[in-house]
Amino acid sequence: MTLLAVDNLSKSFGGLMAVNDVSFEVEKGSIVGLIGPNGAGKTTVFNLITGNYQPNTGTVLFDGDNLVGLPTHTIVEKGIARTFQTIRLFQNMSVLENVLAGAHCRMRSGSIAAMLRTPAQRREEQAAMLQAMTELEFVGLSKEWQNKAKNLSYGNQRLLEIARALATQPKLIVLDEPAGGMNDQETQDLIRLIRAIQDRGITVLLIEHDMGLVMRVCSSLVVLEHGAKIAAGTPAEIQTNPRVIEAYLGADSE
Amino acid sequence: MKSTNIRYLAFALAMAMCPLFLNAYWTDVFNNVGLYAILALSLNVILGHCGLFHMGHAAFYAIGAYTAAIINTTYGIPVLWIMPLAGILAGVFAMIVARPIIHLRGDYLLIVTIGIVEIVRIALINNVFDITGGANGIFGISRPSVFGFKISKPDHFFYLIWGFAALTIFLLLRLEHSRFGRALLYIKEDEVAAGGSGINVAHHKLVAFIIGAVWAGMCGTIYAAKMTIIAPESFSFAESVILFTIVILGGSGSIPGVILGSFLLVGLPEIFRGLAEYRMLVFGAAMVLMMIFRNQGLLPPGPKNYNVAKMLQAGGAK
Repeated sequence: MTLLAVDNLSKSFGGLMAVNDVSFEVEKGSIVGLIGPNGAGKTTVFNLITGNYQPNTGTVLFDGDNLVGLPTHTIVEKGIARTFQTIRLFQNMSVLENVLAGAHCRMRSGSIAAMLRTPAQRREEQAAMLQAMTELEFVGLSKEWQNKAKNLSYGNQRLLEIARALATQPKLIVLDEPAGGMNDQETQDLIRLIRAIQDRGITVLLIEHDMGLVMRVCSSLVVLEHGAKIAAGTPAEIQTNPRVIEAYLGADSE
Repeated sequence: MKSTNIRYLAFALAMAMCPLFLNAYWTDVFNNVGLYAILALSLNVILGHCGLFHMGHAAFYAIGAYTAAIINTTYGIPVLWIMPLAGILAGVFAMIVARPIIHLRGDYLLIVTIGIVEIVRIALINNVFDITGGANGIFGISRPSVFGFKISKPDHFFYLIWGFAALTIFLLLRLEHSRFGRALLYIKEDEVAAGGSGINVAHHKLVAFIIGAVWAGMCGTIYAAKMTIIAPESFSFAESVILFTIVILGGSGSIPGVILGSFLLVGLPEIFRGLAEYRMLVFGAAMVLMMIFRNQGLLPPGPKNYNVAKMLQAGGAK
């Protein structure tokens, strides 16, 4: 079953065609990698899916709904959570509060309920706290809950972003270079974590430059170059695809 | 009981004793401090928590005060009864003016909000709808009464104003420790990340504006009742700047900081009165020094306490 279908998506910035007629599908329960050389338009595709940019043409179908034109927070509510390439945590807030941000969209009580501190509001706060701590446990940061986000190591900040995204209870999680800045050990742990996310029934779409990680965890890959899709298939197919090899290594100059 | 609660309780007790030791003049100074504290606390929701540079807060205050004054002098309805209506009208006004400008950032928003407060002041001077009394304002607003007890002396007002301030602090502390309060802080920290975490940024900014305006409007009612005469000059841009300064100087987003800021900004000029015309100079120099050496404010907000152990126990023991 297809969870996400990107159809003929295009986006230009001025004269630059950042994404040019890209189409691909993400199967429910799979781990799909979006790869390509620097500047290929991978992050732009992510921003188009999550509503941070609006496409010039094309559609993004998620679970049967067209996401184009919806604000980012509505897309999160529909079940797509994301992390950012350049870490965007709430740096001066605690680790716990960062994860609670993700739980926000599944909570209902507003400002008046907060002032009156109704029983429903207190129950909801308690449930959110419990869920946030569970997500921190899941990514292995539960001991850090009181620390400020900015005091975490780089690798742990990436994990915290994943915990925050998971707290939104997504159907699809979109990871933008999750292994960026991680050492080998941390990357190994990340691979286990991504598989654990899949085991929870959450579909994963990720951008990554670490080919070792991509080839090991992804069930299928989409390759972009200069904003256009040049190949798609299983990791084994992609590794032997001449177009992909050319994009990464350059053509023979004969 | 948590140590912060004990601190607030001690502060409340100390404040409650104040009129016993203060003469009428100083009681009145404290009343002004209280009014500014309530206003600055309401601005703190917008500026301190949500990080919106709003320098037109006196506009909402004016709407509350004029609502009370007009209804009281025309229909004779007791002034405190008008309080909810004054708050609602200020809130509706905030919703209408803030809606189109809510997406503006930083300095752009600042300039538009300065425009709003000036428009309101000039509209009041020009006797808009023939009900605001023009530049002279409105006279003869009746004194408030609570359960038949007429409030007229400074120490009566002291308890009315600081009672309302206590209620404000109580409610805003609860707001701070909630889903809504956190949402404002996320928006202040990083709007894009907040949106990406599923927070409706525009909605929360607008609600922050409305809550601040409702509170300023209600505070305006008390002001009208205390002065019995109000005029457009009381709601000028300069008033908005003072409120803005109280929040920034005291500690943006910190309720104790804002209260301290009100005491300093309203109280210190009174203490320096002996310096005659130099007092504003000394005051200005003191402020410059404070901003150099403590640019996060005098009492910046501390980390929030979450009783996770208790929460987990309560949640886990199903």
